Amino acid sequence: MHIPDGYLSPQTCGVMYAISLPVLAYASKKVIKNTSNRTLPLLGIFSAFSFLVMMFNVPVPGGTTAHGIGGTLIAIVLGPWEAVLAVSMALFIQAVFFGDGGILAYGANVFNMAIVLPLVGYGVYKLISKDAPFGSKRQLIAAAIGSYVGINAAALLDGIELGIQPLLYHTANGTPLYCPYPLSQAVPAMMLAHLTIAGFVEVVITVGVLAFVYKYAPEIFALREGLNEKNTA
Amino acid sequence: MKKTLLKLFIFLVAIAILTPLGLLAEGDAWGEWSADTLQKLVGFVPEGIKKFSSLWNAPFSDYSIKGLNDTAGYILSAFLGIILLVGVFYLLDLVFFKKKAQ
Repeated sequence: MHIPDGYLSPQTCGVMYAISLPVLAYASKKVIKNTSNRTLPLLGIFSAFSFLVMMFNVPVPGGTTAHGIGGTLIAIVLGPWEAVLAVSMALFIQAVFFGDGGILAYGANVFNMAIVLPLVGYGVYKLISKDAPFGSKRQLIAAAIGSYVGINAAALLDGIELGIQPLLYHTANGTPLYCPYPLSQAVPAMMLAHLTIAGFVEVVITVGVLAFVYKYAPEIFALREGLNEKNTA
Repeated sequence: MKKTLLKLFIFLVAIAILTPLGLLAEGDAWGEWSADTLQKLVGFVPEGIKKFSSLWNAPFSDYSIKGLNDTAGYILSAFLGIILLVGVFYLLDLVFFKKKAQ
């Protein structure tokens, strides 16, 4: 889901930066307000986890590959704005050091994978889990559905951003200037990959790590519950 | 908290060692093809992709490291990612937590 440079017009990239940067600024402000709980080192661990998850490419129908991201998981364990920052930072390192995702396209990649994914995933999770206790069946089911919806929402937006390119930007004779595939191909391709395979990879990672944390590091959940109380007080 | 971080760090290291499994899947992700692959797929390379695709040359492009085979390069890239990300947030913690603690 990492859009490389050249697939989106510079105008599209500009719009996506204009949306993503203020959200990142807001997320930073929210997270820094909570640093007294020492969540930042944990955020580093989970950011690195997301980085690693994205390295596990899985084959999907159509002969391409896809991967999980872990954004909803981070939102559940550490908080939604924490997840925005953790995934954004992982995407930044991927773009700059590993050429995975473009520099111009960074704003779009952040929007899809680091903003929409965790916020939608967490929203759905919250709707379903209500206040189910950590480690409960209801919480795990809510996490599964949330993470599935979150990654598919991101895939849909990715498909739309790519698919509108040939419509908006082409030469006089209609040759596409950027992504050559129209909406009718980009959206189904992205959705097929994520509805069938990558979405379930995301579910397995989310539920698996939640269960792992519940068993081996439950003190993290206590930290989050403490944060919630503080925020609502 | 130190113990928690250590436990999770060990978990990360274990996952990093497994990352070469991600190399088994053949082909590229949809919409992430190189200019050469795109030429084969659609018969031409769009102007914008010619112009911007090599805007930035990442030092470890495609998680590969010069002089190492794919598997070793991938694992080393995974560890590099861990070091960079854990490092960045550790530094942020030093800056902001210290400031708040004063």
